[in-house]
Amino acid sequence: MSEVIRVENLCYSYPEDEGTPAVPALKDVSFSIEEGSFTAILGHNGSGKSTLAKVLCMICQPDSGKLFLHGKEMTAEDITDADIMKARREIGMVFQNPDNQIVATVVEEDVAFGCENLGIPSDEIRRRVDEALEIVGMTRYARHQPHKLSGGQKQRIAVAGTIAMKRKVIIFDESTAMLDPLGRKEVMDTIIRLNREDGITVLMITHYMNEAALADRIIVMNRGEILKDGSPNQVFGEPESMWEAGLDVPQTTELLYRCRQMGYNVPLDVFDTDECARIIAQAVLNQEGRD
Amino acid sequence: MKTDIAFGQYCEGDSILHRLDPRAKILLAVLYIVVIFMAKSATAFGLLLLFSIGLVLVSGIPVRIVLNSMKPLTFIIVFTAIINIFWMTGDTLLFQLGFVKVYLEGIINALLLVLRIMLLLICTSMFLTYTTTPISLTDGLEQLLSPLKKLHVPVHEFSMMMTIALRFIPTLIEETEKIMNAQKARGADFSQGSIVRRAKALIPILVPLFVSAFRRADELATAMECRCYTGGEGRTRMNVLKYKGSDLLAIGAVVLLGAAVVLLNLYLPGYSLTL
Amino acid sequence: MTVAGVELKNVTYIYNKGTPYEAKALDNISLQIPGTRITGLIGHTGSGKSTMMQLINGLLKPTSGEVCIDGRNIWDEPKKIREIRFKAGLVMQYPEHQLFAETVEEDIAYGPKNMGLSGEELHKRILDAAAFSGLDPALLPKSPFELSGGQKRRVALAGVIAMKPQILILDEPAAGLDPGGRREILGGVKRYARESGTNVIIVSHSMEDMALYCDDLAVMSAGKILMYDTCAAVFSRAEEMLAVGLDVPQVTGVAFALAKHGVDIGKDVYTVDWAADKLAEFGKTIRTEDKINI
Repeated sequence: MSEVIRVENLCYSYPEDEGTPAVPALKDVSFSIEEGSFTAILGHNGSGKSTLAKVLCMICQPDSGKLFLHGKEMTAEDITDADIMKARREIGMVFQNPDNQIVATVVEEDVAFGCENLGIPSDEIRRRVDEALEIVGMTRYARHQPHKLSGGQKQRIAVAGTIAMKRKVIIFDESTAMLDPLGRKEVMDTIIRLNREDGITVLMITHYMNEAALADRIIVMNRGEILKDGSPNQVFGEPESMWEAGLDVPQTTELLYRCRQMGYNVPLDVFDTDECARIIAQAVLNQEGRD
Repeated sequence: MKTDIAFGQYCEGDSILHRLDPRAKILLAVLYIVVIFMAKSATAFGLLLLFSIGLVLVSGIPVRIVLNSMKPLTFIIVFTAIINIFWMTGDTLLFQLGFVKVYLEGIINALLLVLRIMLLLICTSMFLTYTTTPISLTDGLEQLLSPLKKLHVPVHEFSMMMTIALRFIPTLIEETEKIMNAQKARGADFSQGSIVRRAKALIPILVPLFVSAFRRADELATAMECRCYTGGEGRTRMNVLKYKGSDLLAIGAVVLLGAAVVLLNLYLPGYSLTL
Repeated sequence: MTVAGVELKNVTYIYNKGTPYEAKALDNISLQIPGTRITGLIGHTGSGKSTMMQLINGLLKPTSGEVCIDGRNIWDEPKKIREIRFKAGLVMQYPEHQLFAETVEEDIAYGPKNMGLSGEELHKRILDAAAFSGLDPALLPKSPFELSGGQKRRVALAGVIAMKPQILILDEPAAGLDPGGRREILGGVKRYARESGTNVIIVSHSMEDMALYCDDLAVMSAGKILMYDTCAAVFSRAEEMLAVGLDVPQVTGVAFALAKHGVDIGKDVYTVDWAADKLAEFGKTIRTEDKINI
């Protein structure tokens, strides 16, 4: 597996503004993302996770530190706009507000927008758009007006636009935050399918613990720094530090944690309700780990 | 639904007129307007009236809707008619009411002028507004005007602005409704008091609306940048407009119509428009 | 008593009546919400929740039926509908998007001023409302547009609380906030409800939040009220909730599964605290049984 993104010692501060002092948003952040992985970035509002996303898709230039995309340093001195444009072809972004990223008045035209910008021939765009709509399950809505779709559908359109550009990395910046539970599920299902079946590298910023639990790896941000970096098991296995960072853990973990306090010897990293119940039942019925 | 306003007067349909290339329709509308202005004789107007009725029938749009669209122009139509009937002089005096003399020529002139206004209206609505979505009109206009790009006219930018405006009008209408409701829930009253007071009452709606529009614009710009948008240069389109045989036929038909109008003006000039 | 009860009598609401877009949002609903309780309104997008909220505070007029506050039909005197809106304060979704004034203080004052308040009373209300929504008084002279997202939402909340409504209706008050922010906003609302005795109605999609902050739940589906009962009673009917595509708190799911595995701690468990207490109790009984068996 090769790495697609690597950041080294990233620092970023929002500039001073009318008496408000400069706010450091990223402090010495380093990590790398493997091709085909599914990483969730968790953190409370203002923890620096959205700034990180902006740096990754090169909307913000970091104050210091390095950003590598496919091994090429994007923060080097000699990087030109053309290099940035080229790198952008590889990384897609789906934002929080579904309304503010749709450009066209017809669904398929919007999916085509990115490809049109790349100067791809018409019949090739048509093929890609049809395929992308199929992948996100929106073929039926190809000729619809976007403003009449639900939030979840709009986000899937945004995803389709990204796939049509054949991007292999997609960053989701709180893309489910404004959706209702059904819309969230639609988008999460799409993300998981893209990652598992199409090998798309996913970086998902969220503050829903249950969504993060579905990733292979979770990076927890707190006050601009990486607080934790590991599998969901490792991260949610220490609920105290999550609570300290103003975050939650899934209720299953919380309950198992309480069982531990009662003296039962149970693991904390179970996110499935049935499995959680089975483990607790076993422990309680056998009075495991108690005198 | 209110949010359909953005799609103007467009009437869903699948007639020949709906399917014509938008560029062809823009050309047709321009040509037809020229032909309407060329018409002088009553016979020429008669021919155009028949042709226009034909257009309405072909479009499949209910006559009621077409007639309704003329309501806002009632005043202009009546005004034109009155001016012509009462102020125009001619040879054939029909009757006299005090100092007002009504001539046959005046009545004919009034009738033909009113007819001209109505024909213009039918023509633009049949070729453009009723049968073409604003978005394909924008596309058509962009491609028709694309030669002007060489003269550094920002044709693509204008059409992109138009597209985004069309895309966001329904969103902003929805937003306005939401903000209005929110302020009403805080006791706002938009329907009482003097004009100044009513205008003041709009501030709590306009400020949030502007703030939101700017936020949306900002986010949209970022999203477009992330989707590699760099302006019109080197851009391709998924749906490229192509002229079809029917487009050429339609343009040919209107050109022929123009020729017929010229001939009728020359050889059957009875009851002509004198203006 | 200032505690207001809300009663809906056979309320039907149809959008765009008489047009091709006609849609029935509420279908002959009758519901009585007593005061001093925090009631959660749950249901899918399009189940009629928003319509119901707007009917209660008089933004919408029922197509048929009556909406009563304190036993009086709010549309008896249509000219006085503004007073109903002061009585039934509504905090819309993402209320921070409706801020407009130059200072936080002026924005909070908008509602009370529309009620005709001024001077000392107005000032006191602003301070009280700010305190209840957890807003630092030092922010009052600032522009609302300089604040963070969470602070803006509190300003908007304070703007409605300052009208001292007898009924406070909140649409997704915690939407888009992180767990800490959710706790602060919802905790503040709960505290306010208890201290001021206001009748609070919260609309939310988060079952976990609803379980923590509400006393009663009304479940809506396709324009009808499916259930209306205490949290415990509603969540104990988890199968019915799942059948209409709604979730239950994860811990309720665990409690259901525990019963299958032979540890019955009741199906009406909906908070982690409760489940933990029940489990501790259950453990104790097992240990005493063991001792007896020995």
